[in-house]
Amino acid sequence: MISLTYGNDTHTCEPGESVLAVLLRSNVDVPYSCRAGACHSCLLRRSDGAVPASSQPGLKPTLREQNYFLACQLVPDEDISVSLPDDALVTGHAIVVGLEHLNKDICRVLLEPATPLYYHAGQYINLRRQDGLARSYSLASVPSVDKHLELHVRRLDNGRMSNWINDVLQVGDQLDFHGPYGDCFYLPDAEEQDLLLIGTGTGLAPLMGIARDALRSQHRGDIHLFHGSRTIRDLYLDRCLRELAEGHPNFHYRACVTGEDAVDEVRHGRANEIAFSEFPDLNAKRVYLCGLPAMVNTARKIAYLNGAAMENIMADAFEMTDLRKEERTERE
Amino acid sequence: MSESLFEKLGGAVAVDAAVDIFYRKVLSDDSINHFFDDTDLQAQRDKQKSFLTMAFGGPNAYEGKDLRSAHAPLVERGLNDNHFGAVAGHLKATLDELDVPSDLTDEVMGIAASTQDDVLNR
Ligand SMILES: Cc1cc2nc3c(=O)[nH]c(=O)nc-3n(C[C@H](O)[C@H](O)[C@H](O)COP(=O)(O)OP(=O)(O)OC[C@H]3O[C@@H](n4cnc5c(N)ncnc54)[C@H](O)[C@@H]3O)c2cc1C
Ligand code: HEM
Ligand code: FES
Repeated sequence: MISLTYGNDTHTCEPGESVLAVLLRSNVDVPYSCRAGACHSCLLRRSDGAVPASSQPGLKPTLREQNYFLACQLVPDEDISVSLPDDALVTGHAIVVGLEHLNKDICRVLLEPATPLYYHAGQYINLRRQDGLARSYSLASVPSVDKHLELHVRRLDNGRMSNWINDVLQVGDQLDFHGPYGDCFYLPDAEEQDLLLIGTGTGLAPLMGIARDALRSQHRGDIHLFHGSRTIRDLYLDRCLRELAEGHPNFHYRACVTGEDAVDEVRHGRANEIAFSEFPDLNAKRVYLCGLPAMVNTARKIAYLNGAAMENIMADAFEMTDLRKEERTERE
Repeated sequence: MSESLFEKLGGAVAVDAAVDIFYRKVLSDDSINHFFDDTDLQAQRDKQKSFLTMAFGGPNAYEGKDLRSAHAPLVERGLNDNHFGAVAGHLKATLDELDVPSDLTDEVMGIAASTQDDVLNR
């Protein structure tokens, strides 16, 4: 029997069970969200030894060295003792300095971190509400250009955090966060390379950051941004992106909607399909994919089949499935 | 000591050159691509590197037993000789595309063929 010690309690691991699964089964209240190694909400630290690299995907080297790991990604093969991350090390504090409703369901949040945050546009942070609820949101801001951290939060039906941010959060409120995390950001290693940016919904947030970061870095290749949504109203940065395109000859913007007919410059169809039909050969291109997991996973495969090298496909799937252990009965 | 097949083919470099060609063929083949979970493309591609290393006669930790257990869930889902033939065909086409000399190609195909019973759990 393998045992897992957390705080003063010891739990028994069933074969094949991840650390997260053991803790949840034992009704231990630990933060988590995606259960797929993507969101980093379930960060824990092993206090009695090393952990395999496979349980540390995307963690900063400094954290890796200290045996931090993702609880959903570690299936223990020996007795193990774990604890919540050392708060001082990873928790950041920020004040809400701006809140703007871009449309009925999407709001732009501006945060001022208590200490300057070192990050890349396109990475994400895990916002944490007072009661411990944690969700990932991508950074649309560019560190050297924007004074504040910028997030775009889309309201989901019944979604706990997204509705709270859209309806309850106010300027002046304080929020904790972990991060930044993620490896979907601009790399200044190939300034001639064409970039293909494809995002659905608020998948536009990281892409805005990445595109502006590339332009600021004097990227010389073409940057093609495809934004997809269901309705024209959800093309929430249309004006701003058109202006960006007017100001930069190598930046191109294409809006795509699935739920309405094409009008003017807005195309009808899925953003990923339209992008790949315009650019069938991705051999020398770098592709960024952000938004709904279904789109990201399909597009990743097509991009690869169309010639993009695996290391030139950068993706952030916004895993949003409801993963809490108990079914929710009431609307919160 | 004479050069091994793996060395003649170019070793790990050859595997790197072949893996994308091979895996793209497999993923594009509707008769077999349902066996390949595409939610973690990177991990799947890395596994195809294990496949190629093995077929190229390279150093690997795989034994018949491992091949059996790796493919057992697929056999349950209906993996059969036709699928095996399709994968072997893509392997051959990959080697042709890389202009591998025919005697080496024959050796690789021989190694692949020798695994058929293990892969199909017979
Ligand atoms: C790397 C990453 C980056 C991200 N970046 C962004 C971003 O920039 N912008 C953004 O808007 N989002 C982003 N997300 C998604 C975000 O983290 C949240 O998942 C999202 O906001 C939903 O959280 P929530 O608490 O509102 O919804 P939850 O309460 O977690 O609900 C999730 C889903 O479950 C459904 N649900 C609600 N009630 C029930 C019930 N009783 N039973 C079953 N299902 C129910 C909801 O409708 C919703 O679709 C990102 C995610 C990841 C992983
Ligand atoms: C030609 C002989 C074959 C050899 C030598 C071979 C070898 C291998 C090896 C070494 C692995 C890696 C196992 C691991 O690391 O877990 C693997 C995985 C895999 N093989 Fe094969 N294979 C062969 C044929 C096939 C065929 C015919 C199919 C299906 C059409 C197939 C489908 C798969 C899949 C889907 C995986 C990944 C399994 C997983 O996700 O765990 N293979 N194979
Ligand atoms: S990374 Fe473990 S729950 Fe998301």
